[in-house]
Amino acid sequence: MLVDVHAHFYHARTPRADWRERNVSRLTAGARIGISVHVASILGSWGLTSPIYFPSPRDATAGNDALLALQREHADTIRGYVCVNPNYTAHARAEIVRGLDAGMIGIKLAASRRADDRLLDTIAELARERRVPVLQHIWQHRRRDWAGQEASDAAELCTLARRHPDVVFILAHIGGGGDWLHSLRAVHDVPNVYIDLSGSGVDGGMLEDCIASVGVNRLLWGTDLTMDTGWAKLRYLELLLAKDELALVRWKNAARIFPPGAFPSD
Amino acid sequence: MTPRIDVNAFLGAYPWRKVPGTSPEMLTRALDRVAIDTAWVTHLPGLFWRDPTEGNAWLYETARGRLKPVPTVHPGLARWEEVLADASKAGAPAVRCDPLYLGLEPAGAEMHALAAACGAARMPLMLAVRLEDGRQRHPNDRAGDLPAAAVRALIRSDANVRMLVTHADRSFIEEVHFGSTPDEARRIWWDICWIWGPPEDHLATLLETIGVERFVFGTGQPLRLPESSVAKLDLLDLPQEQRAAIESGNVTTLTGS
Repeated sequence: MLVDVHAHFYHARTPRADWRERNVSRLTAGARIGISVHVASILGSWGLTSPIYFPSPRDATAGNDALLALQREHADTIRGYVCVNPNYTAHARAEIVRGLDAGMIGIKLAASRRADDRLLDTIAELARERRVPVLQHIWQHRRRDWAGQEASDAAELCTLARRHPDVVFILAHIGGGGDWLHSLRAVHDVPNVYIDLSGSGVDGGMLEDCIASVGVNRLLWGTDLTMDTGWAKLRYLELLLAKDELALVRWKNAARIFPPGAFPSD
Repeated sequence: MTPRIDVNAFLGAYPWRKVPGTSPEMLTRALDRVAIDTAWVTHLPGLFWRDPTEGNAWLYETARGRLKPVPTVHPGLARWEEVLADASKAGAPAVRCDPLYLGLEPAGAEMHALAAACGAARMPLMLAVRLEDGRQRHPNDRAGDLPAAAVRALIRSDANVRMLVTHADRSFIEEVHFGSTPDEARRIWWDICWIWGPPEDHLATLLETIGVERFVFGTGQPLRLPESSVAKLDLLDLPQEQRAAIESGNVTTLTGS
Protein backbone atom coordinates (compact mmCIF):
# COMPACT_ATOMS: atom_id res chain seq x y z
CA MET A 1 0.00 0.00 0.00
CA LEU A 2 1.21 3.49 -0.85
CA VAL A 3 -0.58 6.69 0.17
CA ASP A 4 0.26 10.01 -1.47
CA VAL A 5 -0.69 12.56 1.20
CA HIS A 6 -0.10 15.58 -1.03
CA ALA A 7 -1.82 15.43 -4.39
CA HIS A 8 -3.77 17.99 -6.42
CA PHE A 9 -6.38 17.81 -9.11
CA TYR A 10 -7.89 20.38 -11.45
CA HIS A 11 -11.35 21.08 -12.77
CA ALA A 12 -13.14 22.94 -15.52
CA ARG A 13 -13.33 26.34 -13.81
CA THR A 14 -9.59 26.90 -13.61
CA PRO A 15 -7.25 28.71 -16.01
CA ARG A 16 -5.96 25.43 -17.35
CA ALA A 17 -7.33 24.12 -20.61
CA ASP A 18 -5.40 20.90 -20.02
CA TRP A 19 -7.01 20.11 -16.67
CA ARG A 20 -8.37 16.75 -17.77
CA GLU A 21 -4.99 15.67 -19.12
CA ARG A 22 -3.28 16.63 -15.89
CA ASN A 23 -5.76 14.64 -13.82
CA VAL A 24 -5.37 11.63 -16.09
CA SER A 25 -1.61 11.98 -15.99
CA ARG A 26 -1.61 11.90 -12.19
CA LEU A 27 -3.71 8.76 -12.09
CA THR A 28 -1.69 7.06 -14.83
CA ALA A 29 1.64 7.87 -13.22
CA GLY A 30 0.20 6.89 -9.86
CA ALA A 31 -0.67 3.46 -11.19
CA ARG A 32 2.86 3.03 -12.49
CA ILE A 33 4.41 4.14 -9.21
CA GLY A 34 2.02 1.96 -7.25
CA ILE A 35 0.06 4.65 -5.46
CA SER A 36 -2.97 3.14 -3.78
CA VAL A 37 -4.62 6.37 -2.69
CA HIS A 38 -4.12 10.00 -3.73
CA VAL A 39 -5.12 12.29 -0.85
CA ALA A 40 -5.72 15.48 -2.77
CA SER A 41 -6.88 19.05 -2.58
CA ILE A 42 -8.10 21.60 -5.07
CA LEU A 43 -7.19 25.18 -4.29
CA GLY A 44 -10.40 26.91 -5.35
CA SER A 45 -10.34 28.03 -8.97
CA TRP A 46 -6.53 27.82 -9.18
CA GLY A 47 -6.44 31.56 -9.82
CA LEU A 48 -9.26 31.92 -12.34
CA THR A 49 -11.66 33.94 -10.21
CA SER A 50 -9.72 34.33 -6.95
CA PRO A 51 -6.03 33.86 -6.09
CA ILE A 52 -4.72 30.32 -5.70
CA TYR A 53 -3.66 30.87 -2.11
CA PHE A 54 -6.55 33.17 -1.20
CA PRO A 55 -9.56 31.34 -2.61
CA SER A 56 -12.89 33.08 -2.28
CA PRO A 57 -15.54 31.14 -0.38
CA ARG A 58 -17.39 30.49 -3.62
CA ASP A 59 -14.24 29.15 -5.30
CA ALA A 60 -13.26 27.06 -2.28
CA THR A 61 -16.67 25.44 -2.34
CA ALA A 62 -16.53 24.85 -6.09
CA GLY A 63 -13.11 23.28 -5.80
CA ASN A 64 -14.23 21.04 -2.97
CA ASP A 65 -17.27 20.03 -4.98
CA ALA A 66 -15.05 19.12 -7.92
CA LEU A 67 -12.86 17.04 -5.66
CA LEU A 68 -15.85 15.30 -4.12
CA ALA A 69 -16.98 14.40 -7.63
CA LEU A 70 -13.55 12.95 -8.37
CA GLN A 71 -13.64 11.06 -5.09
CA ARG A 72 -16.95 9.55 -6.07
CA GLU A 73 -15.70 8.73 -9.56
CA HIS A 74 -12.52 7.10 -8.26
CA ALA A 75 -13.80 5.73 -5.00
CA ASP A 76 -10.87 3.40 -4.48
CA THR A 77 -8.04 5.77 -5.27
CA ILE A 78 -8.93 9.40 -4.47
CA ARG A 79 -9.59 10.99 -1.09
CA GLY A 80 -10.04 14.67 -0.43
CA TYR A 81 -8.90 17.42 1.88
CA VAL A 82 -11.42 20.19 2.41
CA CYS A 83 -9.66 23.36 1.27
CA VAL A 84 -10.74 26.51 3.10
CA ASN A 85 -9.74 30.13 3.51
CA PRO A 86 -9.68 30.83 7.27
CA ASN A 87 -10.26 34.54 6.72
CA TYR A 88 -13.87 33.60 6.04
CA THR A 89 -14.17 31.78 9.31
CA ALA A 90 -17.84 30.93 9.30
CA HIS A 91 -17.68 29.68 5.74
CA ALA A 92 -14.53 27.72 6.49
CA ARG A 93 -16.12 25.94 9.44
CA ALA A 94 -19.30 25.16 7.54
CA GLU A 95 -17.33 23.98 4.53
CA ILE A 96 -15.19 21.66 6.63
CA VAL A 97 -18.28 20.12 8.19
CA ARG A 98 -19.89 19.75 4.78
CA GLY A 99 -16.81 18.21 3.19
CA LEU A 100 -16.08 15.78 6.00
CA ASP A 101 -19.72 14.74 6.15
CA ALA A 102 -19.51 14.02 2.43
CA GLY A 103 -16.50 11.75 2.90
CA MET A 104 -13.43 13.97 2.79
CA ILE A 105 -10.74 12.99 5.27
CA GLY A 106 -8.66 16.06 6.12
CA ILE A 107 -8.36 19.84 6.02
CA LYS A 108 -6.10 21.77 3.65
CA LEU A 109 -4.87 25.20 4.65
CA ALA A 110 -2.97 26.85 1.86
CA ALA A 111 -1.48 30.27 2.52
CA SER A 112 -4.41 32.56 3.22
CA ARG A 113 -3.47 33.34 6.80
CA ARG A 114 -0.27 32.87 8.81
CA ALA A 115 -0.32 29.55 10.65
CA ASP A 116 0.30 31.03 14.09
CA ASP A 117 -2.60 33.48 13.76
CA ARG A 118 -5.32 33.01 16.37
CA LEU A 119 -7.86 32.93 13.57
CA LEU A 120 -6.75 29.39 12.84
CA ASP A 121 -7.67 28.17 16.31
CA THR A 122 -11.25 27.61 15.36
CA ILE A 123 -10.16 25.46 12.40
CA ALA A 124 -7.82 23.46 14.60
CA GLU A 125 -10.57 22.97 17.17
CA LEU A 126 -12.83 21.57 14.49
CA ALA A 127 -10.04 19.27 13.31
CA ARG A 128 -9.74 17.96 16.85
CA GLU A 129 -13.48 17.38 17.14
CA ARG A 130 -13.60 15.54 13.82
CA ARG A 131 -10.24 13.79 14.35
CA VAL A 132 -8.80 14.75 10.98
CA PRO A 133 -5.32 16.06 10.15
CA VAL A 134 -4.58 19.53 8.82
CA LEU A 135 -2.24 19.83 5.84
CA GLN A 136 -0.59 23.25 6.06
CA HIS A 137 1.19 24.75 3.05
CA ILE A 138 4.69 25.71 4.22
CA TRP A 139 7.50 27.83 2.85
CA GLN A 140 10.58 26.24 4.38
CA HIS A 141 12.24 29.09 6.31
CA ARG A 142 10.33 32.06 5.00
CA ARG A 143 12.62 35.05 5.41
CA ARG A 144 10.22 37.55 3.93
CA ASP A 145 6.75 37.83 2.47
CA TRP A 146 6.29 36.39 -0.99
CA ALA A 147 3.79 37.75 -3.46
CA GLY A 148 0.56 35.87 -3.89
CA GLN A 149 0.54 34.11 -0.56
CA GLU A 150 0.65 34.64 3.18
CA ALA A 151 3.04 31.76 3.58
CA SER A 152 3.93 30.21 6.89
CA ASP A 153 7.06 28.42 7.89
CA ALA A 154 7.69 25.54 10.25
CA ALA A 155 8.20 27.71 13.31
CA GLU A 156 4.81 29.33 12.79
CA LEU A 157 3.12 25.98 12.24
CA CYS A 158 4.73 24.69 15.42
CA THR A 159 3.26 27.60 17.37
CA LEU A 160 -0.19 26.51 16.21
CA ALA A 161 0.59 22.85 16.84
CA ARG A 162 1.69 23.56 20.40
CA ARG A 163 -1.60 25.33 21.07
CA HIS A 164 -3.44 22.25 19.77
CA PRO A 165 -1.45 19.22 20.88
CA ASP A 166 -4.31 16.83 20.09
CA VAL A 167 -4.45 17.78 16.44
CA VAL A 168 -2.12 16.31 13.81
CA PHE A 169 -0.61 18.89 11.48
CA ILE A 170 1.16 17.92 8.28
CA LEU A 171 4.00 20.23 7.29
CA ALA A 172 3.65 20.38 3.53
CA HIS A 173 6.29 19.55 0.94
CA ILE A 174 9.60 19.52 2.78
CA GLY A 175 11.15 19.43 -0.70
CA GLY A 176 8.92 22.18 -2.01
CA GLY A 177 11.25 25.11 -1.75
CA GLY A 178 13.16 26.90 0.96
CA ASP A 179 15.53 25.80 3.67
CA TRP A 180 14.25 22.40 4.74
CA LEU A 181 16.93 22.07 7.38
CA HIS A 182 15.39 25.00 9.23
CA SER A 183 12.02 23.25 9.19
CA LEU A 184 13.45 19.99 10.47
CA ARG A 185 15.09 21.74 13.38
CA ALA A 186 11.84 23.51 14.21
CA VAL A 187 9.60 20.43 14.27
CA HIS A 188 12.05 18.10 15.97
CA ASP A 189 10.34 18.26 19.38
CA VAL A 190 6.77 18.96 18.28
CA PRO A 191 5.29 15.47 18.13
CA ASN A 192 2.00 16.40 16.48
CA VAL A 193 3.71 17.83 13.39
CA TYR A 194 4.35 15.32 10.62
CA ILE A 195 6.59 15.89 7.60
CA ASP A 196 5.26 15.39 4.10
CA LEU A 197 8.16 14.46 1.83
CA SER A 198 6.72 15.86 -1.37
CA GLY A 199 8.05 18.67 -3.54
CA SER A 200 10.35 18.99 -6.51
CA GLY A 201 13.44 19.12 -4.31
CA VAL A 202 15.52 15.94 -4.26
CA ASP A 203 18.52 17.26 -2.38
CA GLY A 204 21.18 14.79 -1.41
CA GLY A 205 21.07 14.43 2.36
CA MET A 206 17.53 15.69 2.81
CA LEU A 207 15.93 12.33 3.50
CA GLU A 208 18.69 11.33 5.89
CA ASP A 209 18.10 14.56 7.80
CA CYS A 210 14.34 14.00 7.83
CA ILE A 211 14.84 10.60 9.41
CA ALA A 212 17.37 11.92 11.90
CA SER A 213 15.23 14.88 12.91
CA VAL A 214 11.76 13.42 13.36
CA GLY A 215 12.16 9.67 12.92
CA VAL A 216 10.24 7.39 10.61
CA ASN A 217 7.07 7.60 12.68
CA ARG A 218 6.39 11.17 11.57
CA LEU A 219 7.25 10.96 7.89
CA LEU A 220 4.57 10.80 5.20
CA TRP A 221 5.22 10.10 1.53
CA GLY A 222 3.78 12.44 -1.08
CA THR A 223 4.32 14.00 -4.48
CA ASP A 224 2.66 17.42 -4.90
CA LEU A 225 3.30 18.68 -8.45
CA THR A 226 6.20 16.40 -9.34
CA MET A 227 5.53 12.69 -9.15
CA ASP A 228 8.95 11.89 -10.60
CA THR A 229 10.72 13.39 -7.61
CA GLY A 230 8.29 11.64 -5.28
CA TRP A 231 9.12 8.31 -6.85
CA ALA A 232 12.83 9.09 -6.65
CA LYS A 233 12.58 9.75 -2.93
CA LEU A 234 10.61 6.57 -2.43
CA ARG A 235 13.27 4.57 -4.26
CA TYR A 236 15.98 6.10 -2.13
CA LEU A 237 14.03 5.44 1.06
CA GLU A 238 13.88 1.79 0.07
CA LEU A 239 17.65 1.77 0.52
CA LEU A 240 17.72 3.78 3.72
CA LEU A 241 14.97 2.03 5.66
CA ALA A 242 14.11 -1.45 6.83
CA LYS A 243 10.94 -2.93 5.38
CA ASP A 244 8.80 -2.22 8.44
CA GLU A 245 10.11 1.34 8.64
CA LEU A 246 9.39 1.88 4.98
CA ALA A 247 5.83 0.69 5.47
CA LEU A 248 5.35 3.44 8.03
CA VAL A 249 6.35 6.09 5.54
CA ARG A 250 4.49 4.49 2.64
CA TRP A 251 1.12 4.24 4.39
CA LYS A 252 1.00 3.18 8.02
CA ASN A 253 1.66 6.64 9.42
CA ALA A 254 -1.04 8.01 7.14
CA ALA A 255 -3.46 5.31 8.21
CA ARG A 256 -2.80 6.30 11.83
CA ILE A 257 -3.50 10.02 11.45
CA PHE A 258 -6.41 9.97 9.00
CA PRO A 259 -9.85 8.82 10.18
CA PRO A 260 -10.37 5.07 10.57
CA GLY A 261 -11.51 3.51 7.33
CA ALA A 262 -10.12 6.34 5.23
CA PHE A 263 -8.16 3.93 3.05
CA PRO A 264 -9.39 0.77 1.33
CA SER A 265 -7.48 -1.82 3.32
CA ASP A 266 -7.42 0.21 6.51
CA MET B 1 21.50 -3.16 -21.86
CA THR B 2 22.01 0.39 -23.10
CA PRO B 3 24.78 2.27 -21.36
CA ARG B 4 23.68 5.15 -19.18
CA ILE B 5 25.88 8.25 -19.07
CA ASP B 6 25.36 10.94 -16.47
CA VAL B 7 26.67 14.17 -17.99
CA ASN B 8 26.04 16.23 -14.88
CA ALA B 9 27.80 15.10 -11.70
CA PHE B 10 30.24 16.55 -9.21
CA LEU B 11 33.01 15.55 -6.86
CA GLY B 12 34.00 17.37 -3.69
CA ALA B 13 32.32 19.43 -1.01
CA TYR B 14 29.66 22.06 -1.61
CA PRO B 15 30.37 25.27 0.26
CA TRP B 16 26.81 26.19 1.17
CA ARG B 17 25.54 23.09 2.94
CA LYS B 18 26.56 19.61 4.00
CA VAL B 19 26.14 17.17 1.13
CA PRO B 20 26.82 13.47 1.59
CA GLY B 21 28.45 11.25 -0.99
CA THR B 22 30.89 13.71 -2.55
CA SER B 23 33.98 11.48 -2.64
CA PRO B 24 34.90 9.49 -5.76
CA GLU B 25 34.21 6.26 -3.89
CA MET B 26 30.76 7.35 -2.75
CA LEU B 27 29.87 8.75 -6.14
CA THR B 28 30.85 5.45 -7.74
CA ARG B 29 28.60 3.65 -5.28
CA ALA B 30 25.75 5.95 -6.26
CA LEU B 31 26.40 5.16 -9.92
CA ASP B 32 26.08 1.48 -9.12
CA ARG B 33 22.88 2.13 -7.20
CA VAL B 34 21.10 3.60 -10.20
CA ALA B 35 22.92 1.66 -12.92
CA ILE B 36 24.88 4.54 -14.38
CA ASP B 37 27.88 3.37 -16.34
CA THR B 38 29.78 6.61 -16.74
CA ALA B 39 29.60 10.04 -15.11
CA TRP B 40 31.05 13.33 -16.28
CA VAL B 41 32.33 15.00 -13.15
CA THR B 42 33.42 18.50 -12.21
CA HIS B 43 35.35 19.55 -9.13
CA LEU B 44 32.54 21.18 -7.15
CA PRO B 45 34.48 23.34 -4.67
CA GLY B 46 36.54 24.74 -7.53
CA LEU B 47 33.46 26.39 -8.98
CA PHE B 48 33.58 28.77 -6.03
CA TRP B 49 37.31 29.48 -6.02
CA ARG B 50 38.83 32.66 -7.39
CA ASP B 51 40.78 30.44 -9.74
CA PRO B 52 38.53 27.45 -10.32
CA THR B 53 41.11 25.79 -12.50
CA GLU B 54 43.12 24.97 -9.37
CA GLY B 55 40.73 22.06 -8.88
CA ASN B 56 41.37 20.65 -12.33
CA ALA B 57 44.67 18.90 -11.55
CA TRP B 58 43.02 16.88 -8.79
CA LEU B 59 40.12 16.18 -11.10
CA TYR B 60 42.38 14.76 -13.80
CA GLU B 61 44.10 12.54 -11.25
CA THR B 62 40.84 11.37 -9.72
CA ALA B 63 38.39 11.08 -12.57
CA ARG B 64 39.45 7.83 -14.18
CA GLY B 65 37.62 4.80 -15.46
CA ARG B 66 33.91 5.44 -15.13
CA LEU B 67 34.45 9.06 -14.13
CA LYS B 68 35.26 11.47 -16.94
CA PRO B 69 36.71 14.88 -16.05
CA VAL B 70 34.89 18.03 -17.03
CA PRO B 71 37.34 20.75 -16.01
CA THR B 72 36.35 24.33 -15.35
CA VAL B 73 37.64 27.14 -17.56
CA HIS B 74 37.70 30.76 -16.41
CA PRO B 75 37.99 32.96 -19.49
CA GLY B 76 38.70 36.01 -17.38
CA LEU B 77 42.04 34.66 -16.17
CA ALA B 78 45.32 34.92 -18.00
CA ARG B 79 46.32 31.91 -20.09
CA TRP B 80 42.89 30.34 -19.89
CA GLU B 81 43.40 28.98 -23.37
CA GLU B 82 45.92 26.55 -21.89
CA VAL B 83 43.20 25.08 -19.69
CA LEU B 84 41.17 24.36 -22.77
CA ALA B 85 44.15 22.78 -24.48
CA ASP B 86 44.84 20.66 -21.40
CA ALA B 87 41.25 19.45 -21.45
CA SER B 88 41.57 18.38 -25.05
CA LYS B 89 44.82 16.57 -24.31
CA ALA B 90 43.27 14.84 -21.31
CA GLY B 91 40.35 13.61 -23.36
CA ALA B 92 37.77 15.56 -21.39
CA PRO B 93 34.33 15.17 -22.98
CA ALA B 94 33.51 18.83 -22.26
CA VAL B 95 34.63 21.87 -20.31
CA ARG B 96 32.40 23.91 -18.10
CA CYS B 97 32.09 27.55 -17.27
CA ASP B 98 29.38 28.92 -15.02
CA PRO B 99 29.87 32.64 -15.56
CA LEU B 100 27.72 33.93 -12.72
CA TYR B 101 29.58 31.82 -10.17
CA LEU B 102 32.81 33.25 -11.56
CA GLY B 103 31.60 36.84 -11.50
CA LEU B 104 31.59 37.12 -15.28
CA GLU B 105 29.01 38.70 -17.53
CA PRO B 106 27.12 35.64 -18.77
CA ALA B 107 27.21 36.84 -22.36
CA GLY B 108 30.14 39.23 -22.08
CA ALA B 109 33.36 39.38 -24.05
CA GLU B 110 35.13 36.70 -22.04
CA MET B 111 32.31 34.23 -22.57
CA HIS B 112 32.18 35.02 -26.26
CA ALA B 113 35.90 34.34 -26.49
CA LEU B 114 35.45 31.06 -24.67
CA ALA B 115 32.59 30.03 -26.92
CA ALA B 116 34.73 30.74 -29.97
CA ALA B 117 37.66 28.80 -28.57
CA CYS B 118 35.44 25.85 -27.69
CA GLY B 119 34.01 25.95 -31.17
CA ALA B 120 37.48 25.93 -32.71
CA ALA B 121 38.63 23.13 -30.43
CA ARG B 122 35.43 21.15 -31.05
CA MET B 123 35.05 20.96 -27.29
CA PRO B 124 31.48 21.14 -25.89
CA LEU B 125 30.90 23.99 -23.45
CA MET B 126 28.81 23.10 -20.40
CA LEU B 127 26.89 25.64 -18.33
CA ALA B 128 24.46 25.17 -15.46
CA VAL B 129 21.39 27.36 -15.09
CA ARG B 130 21.61 26.86 -11.35
CA LEU B 131 22.91 24.31 -8.88
CA GLU B 132 20.22 24.73 -6.22
CA ASP B 133 16.64 25.93 -6.04
CA GLY B 134 16.82 29.67 -5.56
CA ARG B 135 14.40 29.49 -2.65
CA GLN B 136 16.72 27.47 -0.49
CA ARG B 137 20.09 28.96 -1.17
CA HIS B 138 22.35 30.29 1.54
CA PRO B 139 21.73 34.00 2.17
CA ASN B 140 25.25 34.77 1.03
CA ASP B 141 24.98 32.61 -2.09
CA ARG B 142 23.96 35.46 -4.35
CA ALA B 143 25.05 34.38 -7.81
CA GLY B 144 22.04 34.64 -10.07
CA ASP B 145 20.60 31.96 -12.30
CA LEU B 146 22.01 31.84 -15.82
CA PRO B 147 19.70 33.90 -18.06
CA ALA B 148 18.21 32.22 -21.12
CA ALA B 149 19.25 35.29 -23.11
CA ALA B 150 22.89 34.48 -22.38
CA VAL B 151 22.54 31.01 -23.87
CA ARG B 152 20.94 32.47 -26.98
CA ALA B 153 23.70 35.06 -27.27
CA LEU B 154 26.48 32.52 -26.84
CA ILE B 155 25.13 30.03 -29.33
CA ARG B 156 24.80 32.87 -31.87
CA SER B 157 28.30 34.12 -31.15
CA ASP B 158 30.11 31.25 -32.83
CA ALA B 159 28.93 29.01 -35.62
CA ASN B 160 30.79 25.97 -34.34
CA VAL B 161 30.26 26.04 -30.59
CA ARG B 162 28.22 23.20 -29.10
CA MET B 163 26.69 23.75 -25.69
CA LEU B 164 25.38 21.48 -22.97
CA VAL B 165 23.05 23.30 -20.57
CA THR B 166 22.19 21.61 -17.29
CA HIS B 167 19.56 22.30 -14.59
CA ALA B 168 17.22 24.07 -17.01
CA ASP B 169 13.45 23.88 -16.66
CA ARG B 170 10.84 23.73 -19.39
CA SER B 171 10.31 27.46 -19.84
CA PHE B 172 14.04 28.13 -20.07
CA ILE B 173 14.52 25.42 -22.66
CA GLU B 174 11.57 26.56 -24.74
CA GLU B 175 12.70 30.16 -24.62
CA VAL B 176 16.15 29.29 -25.91
CA HIS B 177 15.10 26.63 -28.40
CA PHE B 178 12.36 28.62 -30.10
CA GLY B 179 14.42 31.79 -29.80
CA SER B 180 17.15 30.22 -31.89
CA THR B 181 17.44 29.26 -35.53
CA PRO B 182 17.20 25.55 -36.26
CA ASP B 183 20.95 25.47 -36.83
CA GLU B 184 21.63 27.17 -33.52
CA ALA B 185 19.16 24.96 -31.67
CA ARG B 186 20.85 21.86 -33.11
CA ARG B 187 24.04 22.84 -31.31
CA ILE B 188 22.46 22.89 -27.84
CA TRP B 189 21.83 19.82 -25.68
CA TRP B 190 19.85 19.84 -22.45
CA ASP B 191 20.14 17.57 -19.46
CA ILE B 192 16.87 16.33 -17.97
CA CYS B 193 17.56 16.73 -14.27
CA TRP B 194 15.45 19.85 -13.66
CA ILE B 195 12.54 19.08 -16.01
CA TRP B 196 9.29 18.05 -14.38
CA GLY B 197 7.61 14.74 -15.06
CA PRO B 198 3.95 13.93 -14.43
CA PRO B 199 1.39 15.27 -13.83
CA GLU B 200 2.72 18.43 -15.47
CA ASP B 201 4.56 16.29 -18.05
CA HIS B 202 7.08 18.93 -19.01
CA LEU B 203 9.64 16.37 -20.12
CA ALA B 204 7.13 14.48 -22.24
CA THR B 205 6.05 17.75 -23.82
CA LEU B 206 9.60 18.84 -24.61
CA LEU B 207 10.49 15.51 -26.14
CA GLU B 208 7.50 15.94 -28.42
CA THR B 209 7.94 19.62 -29.28
CA ILE B 210 11.70 19.98 -29.35
CA GLY B 211 12.85 16.47 -30.07
CA VAL B 212 14.41 13.54 -28.29
CA GLU B 213 17.73 14.26 -29.93
CA ARG B 214 18.24 17.42 -27.90
CA PHE B 215 18.20 15.74 -24.47
CA VAL B 216 20.79 13.86 -22.48
CA PHE B 217 20.72 12.08 -19.17
CA GLY B 218 22.04 14.13 -16.25
CA THR B 219 21.42 14.08 -12.54
CA GLY B 220 23.22 16.88 -10.70
CA GLN B 221 24.37 14.33 -8.15
CA PRO B 222 25.39 14.32 -5.37
CA LEU B 223 23.60 17.62 -4.81
CA ARG B 224 20.49 15.85 -6.07
CA LEU B 225 19.33 12.25 -5.85
CA PRO B 226 20.19 10.52 -9.15
CA GLU B 227 17.05 8.42 -8.76
CA SER B 228 15.09 11.47 -9.89
CA SER B 229 16.37 11.44 -13.46
CA VAL B 230 15.87 7.69 -13.74
CA ALA B 231 12.31 8.03 -12.44
CA LYS B 232 11.56 10.71 -15.04
CA LEU B 233 12.44 8.26 -17.80
CA ASP B 234 10.64 5.37 -16.14
CA LEU B 235 7.46 7.45 -16.13
CA LEU B 236 7.58 7.99 -19.88
CA ASP B 237 6.36 5.56 -22.51
CA LEU B 238 9.42 5.96 -24.68
CA PRO B 239 10.42 3.45 -27.32
CA GLN B 240 13.65 1.78 -26.31
CA GLU B 241 15.68 3.49 -29.01
CA GLN B 242 14.56 6.92 -27.84
CA ARG B 243 15.37 6.14 -24.25
CA ALA B 244 18.77 4.85 -25.32
CA ALA B 245 19.35 8.07 -27.24
CA ILE B 246 18.76 10.13 -24.11
CA GLU B 247 20.75 7.84 -21.86
CA SER B 248 23.80 7.69 -24.09
CA GLY B 249 23.30 7.99 -27.83
CA ASN B 250 22.84 11.75 -27.96
CA VAL B 251 26.09 12.22 -26.08
CA THR B 252 27.85 10.89 -29.13
CA THR B 253 26.55 13.70 -31.29
CA LEU B 254 27.26 16.23 -28.56
CA THR B 255 30.88 15.21 -28.27
CA GLY B 256 31.27 14.52 -31.96
CA SER B 257 32.79 11.17 -31.15
